[in-house]
Amino acid sequence: MKPAYDEMYGADKDVRPHYESLARWLKETPPDVVARKREEADLAFHRVGITFTVYGEDAGEERLIPFDLLPRIIPAHEWKIMESGLRQRVKALNAFLHDVYHDQNILKAGRIPSAQVLQNPLFRKEMVGVDLPGQIYVHVAGIDLVRAGEGEYYVLEDNLRTPSGVSYMLEDRKMMMRLLPELFSRQPIAPVEHYPDLLLENLRAVAAKGVIEPTVVVLTPGQFNSAYFEHAFLAQQMGVELVEGPDLFVKDDVVYMRTTHGPQRVDVIYRRLDDDFLDPEAFRKDSVLGVPGLFSAYCKGNVTLANAVGTGIADDKSMYVHVPEMIRFYLGEEPILSNVPTWELSKPDDLKYVLDHLAELVVKEVAGSGGYGMLVGPTSTEDERRIFRDKILAHPSNYIAQPTLALSTCPTFVAQGIAPRHIDLRPFILCGEEITTVPGGLTRVALKEGSLVVNSSQGGGTKDTWVLEY
Amino acid sequence: MLSSTADHLFWMARSIERAENTARMLDITYKMSLLKHATLEPFQEWSAMLSISGLHYEFTEKYKDINAANVIRFMALDEDNPASIYSSLKAARDNARAVRGSITSEMWETLNATWIEMKAIADRGIPSDGVSSFFEWVKERSHLSRGITYGTMLRDDGFRFIRLGTFLERAENTMRILDVKYHILLPSLQDVGGAADYYQWSALLRSVSAFETYRKVYRDVITPRRVAQLMILRADMPRSLHACVEELDTQIRVLDGPRSEELQRLSGRLYAELKFGRIEEIMAEGLHEYLTRCLLRLRTLGECISTTYFWAEAEK
Repeated sequence: MKPAYDEMYGADKDVRPHYESLARWLKETPPDVVARKREEADLAFHRVGITFTVYGEDAGEERLIPFDLLPRIIPAHEWKIMESGLRQRVKALNAFLHDVYHDQNILKAGRIPSAQVLQNPLFRKEMVGVDLPGQIYVHVAGIDLVRAGEGEYYVLEDNLRTPSGVSYMLEDRKMMMRLLPELFSRQPIAPVEHYPDLLLENLRAVAAKGVIEPTVVVLTPGQFNSAYFEHAFLAQQMGVELVEGPDLFVKDDVVYMRTTHGPQRVDVIYRRLDDDFLDPEAFRKDSVLGVPGLFSAYCKGNVTLANAVGTGIADDKSMYVHVPEMIRFYLGEEPILSNVPTWELSKPDDLKYVLDHLAELVVKEVAGSGGYGMLVGPTSTEDERRIFRDKILAHPSNYIAQPTLALSTCPTFVAQGIAPRHIDLRPFILCGEEITTVPGGLTRVALKEGSLVVNSSQGGGTKDTWVLEY
Repeated sequence: MLSSTADHLFWMARSIERAENTARMLDITYKMSLLKHATLEPFQEWSAMLSISGLHYEFTEKYKDINAANVIRFMALDEDNPASIYSSLKAARDNARAVRGSITSEMWETLNATWIEMKAIADRGIPSDGVSSFFEWVKERSHLSRGITYGTMLRDDGFRFIRLGTFLERAENTMRILDVKYHILLPSLQDVGGAADYYQWSALLRSVSAFETYRKVYRDVITPRRVAQLMILRADMPRSLHACVEELDTQIRVLDGPRSEELQRLSGRLYAELKFGRIEEIMAEGLHEYLTRCLLRLRTLGECISTTYFWAEAEK
């Protein structure tokens, strides 16, 4: 494996031009001042209570996501390419979703194996033939990107259900502007603070036709969800109600919320609740988080759900390999952003190759997320690989494998000082009347030395992300 | 606003006020118990306090003897007792957390800090010479939360539901405190007007911060009838039933939601009776009987707030 590309330093340790002003600041600023700024950030995050809830061991505990003071900087020309690549990808994914729930042309054309779509548990038969406003399925997407080398960005995965993390992007920026205002005056850093406005505008734009002043709400599973802070944060920033299932009810296929002044009609639900739990009448019967009758109201076109029901079929890891083909099929274009080369273990040749090279590859569960259920070959033990091999052999089609990418590194504060740590990037893309993004996104950093897993549930931290305007 | 938000705000405020009043009630009982009183059974005050809170059964389930240490433990720190100060402060914090977006950050931080400190106190336990200062701490945190609410919160419906919670809880507790002394600890005839009786009445007044007020208003000896008048009918005494119901009625009329006619009728009628009532009539009815009846009406009022605004019943 070649050494990882460092975002700040070139091969001979020279500072890349877009990092020069940060490097100067680090050199000029006495270490105790820097240390104080880091403490201040920690304190502020604690006081405001920007936390996530841990599942599994210590379940229910509220924890802080570590924030790293050193930003990740992206030059203007690179962001331009990434942005157009992201738009292209989300456009194709939306077209794909509309297609598979209507005419299924891409399957008829044989470009994607029908069985892989139609027999996938994430394919929602209930959605076949349901027409959505603007034919939009993915209103908010989080597309994870990694960099392997100069100008070499790959899409690691598409998150099209309820991608989270945008609140950290906004809070990280607020913190940086408070702690290091002088750096913002030295460089043209593109703003991101208007994201909640864009989101609200976007959500209002996808209300059913004829609704003049749509009422938008954020639907959360509740206080014990890991991303509850974000749900409350976004509702507050947009100035809309944060509701839980029991706050809503459906009468004659119209959704209302219970208010102190009687029922109030709801037009658009930004739901942060999985499909399965949305409506006990349509999906999981035991769901107490959802709203009985919601799906029927949805099918009648009386309420918009963002994201749509059934988007899981497009961000499933087994479908990931087909996204470049979707771009070609629906847009007639070549993909701007590359996929990571991927082995599908449902194919015998791929399976054989992967089992022979387990120690070099990353193996992921097709339906897994959050860094759970994966094997990182190079850092795994023999025992872990043996256990994983058995799991793979039991259900080969549940897995895909990818080469271990040398994710780029970025200087990061660690116990011993500043050291390179691996990072990724999750930009957020909004689809309403048009496709919009805010420059950058959430940079996640694996704080453990050599670790490639950046998820907050696995000990990852975050950094502010600076896209330079020129 | 969302009914569930209003519900959380109402209970947040009620829980803080409840913690404060439980502290006040424990404080008066504690002080009364320090006075030797020949006609009372040992620990009768503590037993009285449990009956008045309706927690006799729950207490005896868990503790063998009724005594100061056990009742204070049960009413202050016991997490199994939903009416304990510990549980009330937890409920206040949990309700606040659920509606963080609808209260100011100062309010949230105050309730959160109170809860964190309460947990630490519960871990340490209350030392026997620290009982009064613990009650004072509870009162102070309640004053602080109310002051921050008053000083920082937008005067919207949320603010009004907070006021409803505060004053409904306070009204009920003023009734209870009065009843503890008057009904259960009523001394035998020869003790009426005796030293012990006097000290009990003054302890009661102090527990609702009304001792100096009494002196100022009446400039005369303490008599049960005047205490009752002060605590029930005086409009300018901030913990009196009259003052609490006046605030409830005002907020209920400003809220003026659809389906709120019955609620407005109930509160308006209660308010009118207090405004134009006379202490002679109350004493003629019997103070205990009167207080019992008032508590019932306050409970009905609370239920009506709930069905009118919180969708407590299934929607119709």
